[in-house]
Amino acid sequence: MKNFWNKIYDWFNSRLDLQDVVGFIGKKYVPVHRHSVWYYFGGVSLFLFIIQVITGILLLFYYKGSSDLAFESIQFIMSKVEFGWLIRSIHSWAANLFILAAFIHMFSVYFSRAYRKPREITWLTGMLMFFLALAFGFSGYLLPWNELAFFATKVGTDIMTAIPFIGTPIMEFMRGGEDVTGATLSRLFGFHVALFPGIFTVLLAVHLILVQRQGMSVPIDMENIPADEKKTMPFFPNFLLRDLLLWLLVLNVLAILAVFFPAHLGEKADMFAPSPEGIKPEWYFLFMFQTLKYIPAQVLFIDGEILGILLFGAAGLLWTLVPFWDRRSAKGQSSRFVTYLGLFAVIFIIVFTIVGWLA
Amino acid sequence: MNDKGHLPEERRTFLKYLIGGGLIGFAGSVLYPLFAFLKPPKQADVEVTSASAGKLSEFEKGTGKIVRFGNKPLLVIRMPNGEVKAFSATCTHFDCTVQYKKDLEIIWCACHNGKYDLNGKNIAGPPPRPLDEYRVVMKGDEILISKKA
Ligand code: FES
Repeated sequence: MKNFWNKIYDWFNSRLDLQDVVGFIGKKYVPVHRHSVWYYFGGVSLFLFIIQVITGILLLFYYKGSSDLAFESIQFIMSKVEFGWLIRSIHSWAANLFILAAFIHMFSVYFSRAYRKPREITWLTGMLMFFLALAFGFSGYLLPWNELAFFATKVGTDIMTAIPFIGTPIMEFMRGGEDVTGATLSRLFGFHVALFPGIFTVLLAVHLILVQRQGMSVPIDMENIPADEKKTMPFFPNFLLRDLLLWLLVLNVLAILAVFFPAHLGEKADMFAPSPEGIKPEWYFLFMFQTLKYIPAQVLFIDGEILGILLFGAAGLLWTLVPFWDRRSAKGQSSRFVTYLGLFAVIFIIVFTIVGWLA
Repeated sequence: MNDKGHLPEERRTFLKYLIGGGLIGFAGSVLYPLFAFLKPPKQADVEVTSASAGKLSEFEKGTGKIVRFGNKPLLVIRMPNGEVKAFSATCTHFDCTVQYKKDLEIIWCACHNGKYDLNGKNIAGPPPRPLDEYRVVMKGDEILISKKA
């Protein structure tokens, strides 16, 4: 038996020079310290993304992306297709868990300053993927063409018009016209299943190759431990096996959520019906949405809405560019300011999400 | 070409501009159609000037209904006193569709609890502007709605 596998390996090896790859992976070590648990969340995000791709492709076999058929096709998936309800529920739940895992991954990278030189590009590709994840969530939300999604998309795209000059064109670009119609559905459908996955895959490849090449980052305060006291663990197979175990756990959580709290469909969207009560964006937009409500209608000469959007835009940009303005981390010192800023961001997001949830 | 195998300075700059200009032109001729394609075309909207809101005799007092006006929803209300009024049903806050709330005698937006009085004026909640009012004319028993001039 051993012989058989060796033969297969040899066959591929003599064509692909596999020993280089195997040797390369074998040289990678994962640092072991009290913050090691955070190393797992990138892998969890990756796992959930893979699930999204698989379940997404499955849903595509039955879904019809037009305003007269979308709702009915999902009804069909949920009631006629065997396990259709399960596939859809998993897709919807995995989306939420994916964004949650990405949030955790991003913050752990931020607090451990893993973005610092030479990992700036890894951080940038990660942040772009994070924004894309939010865009996936937004574009996917409309696809069932139900009442809640329809009005949430109206609200979500209308917020854009607060941006000076380019806001209205952006809104019309997203809607495919002046109003949310079937054209909007076609557009967001195209984004959701073609444009975004394409860009995401490229970014993901760069991100993962860089992580493999540069290895795991060690938090700044652990860097000065003498070499013989540094604990590490081989990435292959020790860390990878732990990764896989965690993936299995996540899959179980996902299955429980999808089975016991299956995704709803609600009422079909009707452009000529009053909006239903309780329009809320998905939880990951809630903190922004809630903040916008607290900014007064007029601040000095600026409209509150405009101010809010500009502030969030600036904050996102600043966050994305942290490797370039946090000069001290590049030198191997951690700055208090960066830590406090991160803590502020975490607390802000949690508090406003909860307030928005209860409102 | 001079003896060192380099192009003379001025020819080099000339080529630089030529190639640079060519690249910009190329990028422009690719990007312009691309952006133009992405911009949704103005649909030849049949310009609606009036719409029917049904028969007055079938419209109960103290109720409201949504009527299509071209692509836009309008809220038509029959007041408790029998008078008929029509407003744009698109909330001025974030575009949700408003409804007539009988018990409070107001126009209400469920999305963020925006309130308007029966003249369309925003009185509570986030809406920043009043609703546009439309003109209502009777043609026999039929209610006709048209844009205010
Ligand atoms: S959209 Fe009507 S109150 Fe916000």
